[in-house]
Amino acid sequence: MADLLLELFSEEIPARLQKKASDDLARLVSDALADAGLTGGKAEAFATPRRLTLTIADLPTETPDVSEERRGPRADAPDKAIEGFLRGVGLTRDQLEVRETPKGEFLFAVIEKKGVKTAEVLATALPEIIRTFPWPKAQRWGAGDLRWIRPLQSILCLLGGAVVDFTVGGIAAGDSTEGHRFMAPGRFAVTDFTDYRRKLLDAKVILDPARRMTLIADSCQTLASAAGLDWVRDEGLLAEVAGLCEWPVPMLGGFAPAFLAVPEEVLILKMKHDQKYFVLRDKATGKLAPKFIFTANIEPRDGGTLVTSGNERVLAARLADAQFFYETDKKTKLADLLPKLDDIVFHAKLGTVGDRARRMEALARHLADFIPGCDAEDAATAARLAKADLVTGMVGEIAEVQGLMGADYARHEGYSDAVADAIADQYSPKGPSDRCPTTPVSIAVALAEKLDTLVGFFAIGEKPTGSGDPYALRRAALGVIRLVLENGLRINLEKDVPDWPADLSGFFIDRLKVQQRDKGIRHDLIDAVVAKGSDDLVWITALTSALSDFVATDDGANLLAGYKRASNILAIEEKKDGCRYSDPVNTDLLAEESEKALAEALAVARTAAAEALETEDFAAAMTALAALRAPIDAFFDGVKVNADDANVRANRLALLGEIRHTMNHVADFSVIEG
Amino acid sequence: MAEASPDTILSFQEIIMRLQAYWARHGCVILQPYDLEMGAGTFHTATTLRALGPDAWNAAFVQPCRRPTDGRYGENPNRLQHYYQFQVILKPSPDNMQDLYLGSLAEIGLTADSHDLRFVEDDWESPTLGAWGLGWEVWCDGMEVSQYTYFQQMGGYDCKPVSGELTYGLERLAMFVQGVDNVYDLAYNDAGMSYGDVFLENERQQSAYNFEVASTEKLFADFKAAQDESAALIEAKLPIPAYEQCVKASHIFNLLDARGVISVTERQAYILRVRDMAKASCAAWIAKNGWEA
Repeated sequence: MADLLLELFSEEIPARLQKKASDDLARLVSDALADAGLTGGKAEAFATPRRLTLTIADLPTETPDVSEERRGPRADAPDKAIEGFLRGVGLTRDQLEVRETPKGEFLFAVIEKKGVKTAEVLATALPEIIRTFPWPKAQRWGAGDLRWIRPLQSILCLLGGAVVDFTVGGIAAGDSTEGHRFMAPGRFAVTDFTDYRRKLLDAKVILDPARRMTLIADSCQTLASAAGLDWVRDEGLLAEVAGLCEWPVPMLGGFAPAFLAVPEEVLILKMKHDQKYFVLRDKATGKLAPKFIFTANIEPRDGGTLVTSGNERVLAARLADAQFFYETDKKTKLADLLPKLDDIVFHAKLGTVGDRARRMEALARHLADFIPGCDAEDAATAARLAKADLVTGMVGEIAEVQGLMGADYARHEGYSDAVADAIADQYSPKGPSDRCPTTPVSIAVALAEKLDTLVGFFAIGEKPTGSGDPYALRRAALGVIRLVLENGLRINLEKDVPDWPADLSGFFIDRLKVQQRDKGIRHDLIDAVVAKGSDDLVWITALTSALSDFVATDDGANLLAGYKRASNILAIEEKKDGCRYSDPVNTDLLAEESEKALAEALAVARTAAAEALETEDFAAAMTALAALRAPIDAFFDGVKVNADDANVRANRLALLGEIRHTMNHVADFSVIEG
Repeated sequence: MAEASPDTILSFQEIIMRLQAYWARHGCVILQPYDLEMGAGTFHTATTLRALGPDAWNAAFVQPCRRPTDGRYGENPNRLQHYYQFQVILKPSPDNMQDLYLGSLAEIGLTADSHDLRFVEDDWESPTLGAWGLGWEVWCDGMEVSQYTYFQQMGGYDCKPVSGELTYGLERLAMFVQGVDNVYDLAYNDAGMSYGDVFLENERQQSAYNFEVASTEKLFADFKAAQDESAALIEAKLPIPAYEQCVKASHIFNLLDARGVISVTERQAYILRVRDMAKASCAAWIAKNGWEA
C-alpha cells in the first residue's frame, strides 16, 4: 500500500474556480486509477490561490495480475477457425488447452496479464489529465503549448514517498514545492502528505480552504466584538476571501461616519463587491457601522499600520466618489432628468426609455382602477419618474442600485413614501423567492414596468424561445403572476390591459402552470379551468385549487371516471349517428328509476353549480358536482344506454350529454388526465 | 505611509524614471510615447503588432491615454480624460514574470513585507482590437495598481508565443505611493511642481472640447476618412500605416461617444468597424512578415 500526494502549483487561480477544480482533480485521478483496477482509501482534495492538492491513501503499489480465460472453437474445428482464434488471443496452437465440456471438446486460451506498477499508471494518466483539465477558460504562456488556468509552475507527485516520473509541458514532477509567496519564499522537499501539510503550515500556508474560512470567520467575530459591533456573515464572500489568500489575516479598518449619509446599499456594494470587505453593524440599531474588515494575505512587518491605512484610503476614495455622485445627483430634480431618457434607446422597435416611461405612466394610471386603494395620480407620478435614476451619476456607476436611488432622491424631493417606495419596488419581484410588493402604488408601478415589457416585446415578435430569453420575459411574466395572485387583483388580462397581443395569454398560462406546479397543482387541471375562457389569474387559480382538491377525493376521482365513461360512449355513438347529443332530456321517456334519479340530480346540480360559480364559491360548485357521483354510478349499473327503442336510446344519450354539459360548465373535465 | 516623509517621497516623474531604469536593466527596449491619440497603451504598435509572430520582444514605455468620456473638467479628484500608463511587454512571457513585476513595485517602495500584494482574477478583452487574454488586476492594500495579462489572441490571431503585458496606471500608483487623495496634488517633481500645475488647465479645456465643442460632423467625416484610408493602405500592403488609421478611428469613435451622438445600437456597429480595421491590419502584418497565421 502506498499514499499518493499530488500538487499542481501555479500562478494565482481565480477564487471562484478553486473548489470545482480541486473536486475535478480528485474525480479525474480516482477515475483513472479505478479504470486500471486501483482503488485507494480516503481521497482528499484542497485548493489555495496557488495550488491544487490531492491525496489518496492506501493505494495498491501495482495493479493485480489478471488471468483471463477464453473459450475458442471446438477441438475438431477447421484449421481456419482455430487460426482466427489464435490471432485474436495472440497465442500459438500449443499454448491452448483442450477441455471437456458438456457440449464436447473445446479449445481454451488462458491469457496472463502481468500487473502494472501504480506509479506507471499514474505517470501515463496524469499528463493526460493535466492536458485536458476541464477549466472553463484556460491559457497558454511563454513559448509552450500546455493550457492551464494560469501558468503552471511546478508539479509535486509522490507515491509511497517516491517521485512519480512524468513530465508535462516541460515540467517534470518532483518532490518539492513552495510556501507563502512573501512570508516564506523558497522551495522545500517533502516526503508525504503529513510532512507536506506540516511544512506548508510552517511556510505560512493553510492548505484547507474550510480551515481558512473558519479562521477568517473566527477572527471577524473577535474583531467585531472587540469593537462592540455585529459582524455581517456572508458565506459567498467568506469563500471568495478564503480563495484569495494562503495565510488569512483579517484586520479592522474604518471610514468617516459622514459617508453613512450615502444609502447603505451603495456602501455595502462598494465594500463587499469592489473591495471584498466584510461590513459591520451597530448592535443596538442594526445600522451600518463606519467600520469594515479586510483580510490581508500577510502578517505585515509593521503590524498592519500601512496595510490598514492603505485599505482605508482606497475605500475612502471609492466612498468619496459615491458621495460625490450622491450629492451631485440630489441637485437635479428627477422630473428634470426625464428629457434625457429620450436619448436612450430601449429597443430599436420600442422607442426610447422616455417612450417607455410615458407608456408606463399611462398604464399605471389605468391599472390603478384594478388595485383596491390605489391612488391613480400617485401611481402615474411614480411610473413617470421610475426610470429617471437611470441617468443619475450613481446608477451610471453602480447599475445594481437602480430603483433604490430613484426612491431615495424622490424622498429627498418631498414625494410621498408611497411614490418613493413604488420607484424602489418597480423591478420586484425579481424571482420566485424575491419579496413581492404589497402596497397599492408599488403594485401598480411594478405591474406597469413588467406589462409594458411583455406587451411591447410580444407585439414586435420578440418572444422567448426554447434556448433564449434575452429580454427576461419569463421572469417578467412570473413577476406579474405573483403581483396579481399575492395581492388578489381581479384583472382580465386581455380585456383590461391595453394593446394586449393575442399570443401573450398563452404565454401567461404556460408561466402560470410552471409557477403552480411548484405548489403541487397539475397543469391539466389548469387547462381544464382555462378552457372556460377566462384569463383572470385569481379566478383561474382559485377554481383550479378547488378542482385539485376535488379530484383528490374519492367522490371526485369516481365522478371523473363516470364523466370519462359518459363521454367515451358519447364519442362513439355521436360518431356513429353523425350528431351531437346536446338536446334537453325528454322526461316522459325516462323509464328506469335510476335514469329518473340522474335527470333530477343533474337538474339540481346544474343550478347549484351555476349559482356557486356566480358567487365564486368554488368549493360549493365541487360539492354540487359531487352529488352526481351516486346517481351516475347507479345509472351505469342499472341502465342500458343503447336501448332497442331508438327514442329511448337517443334520450339516454341526451342524458349522458347532460352529464358532460353540467360538468363542463364548471371545468373542462375532458382534458383532465387519469 | 511611512515612506511619505519629505526626503523619501517619490515624485511622479521619479516613479516613471525608476520603472524605466528597472525594466531597462531587465533587457527591455525603452520606447518613447506613440505620437497618436490612443485609449490605452495596448494600442501601441509595440504591443499590438509585436504581440503577433514568433519573434522575441521586450519593451517598456510610457503611453499617454485619452478617454474623452472620463473628463471631469478638472473637478474630480480621481478622473482624467488624459492620463499616463506605463506599459511593459515581455515576449515570450518569462517563467519568473510575477517576480519581475513584484521587483518593479519594490523599486518604487511597495515592498511585500509591509504591503498586502494580491493577484485578483481579471480577464481582459478588447472588442475593438479583437484581442483577449487572462490575468489579474494587482492589488496593493486593496488598491488596484496594475493590470497583468497573458495575451492569447490579438486581431483574432493566436499569440504564439504568448506575450505578458503589464500596465501600471501611473497617476493612481503615484497617488498611492505619495499618500495623496487628489490627483492634482501629486508632486510631479521635487522642485515644487504639482500634477495640477502641469495638467489642470489641460483637463478643463479638453473636457470642454470633448463634451461640448468637438464638431461631430467633422468627426463623422474623419472616421469615414480613416476607415477608407486604412482599407487603401491594406491594399497597398502597408500594415503599420493601415493600423495607425485604425488607432485614429478608435479615438474619433471615443470622441463621438463623449459627444453623446452614438446610440446604443450604432455603438456596436462602430466597434465592429474598428475591429475589422484592426483585424485586417494584423492579417496584413502577418502576411508581410511571411508568418503562418
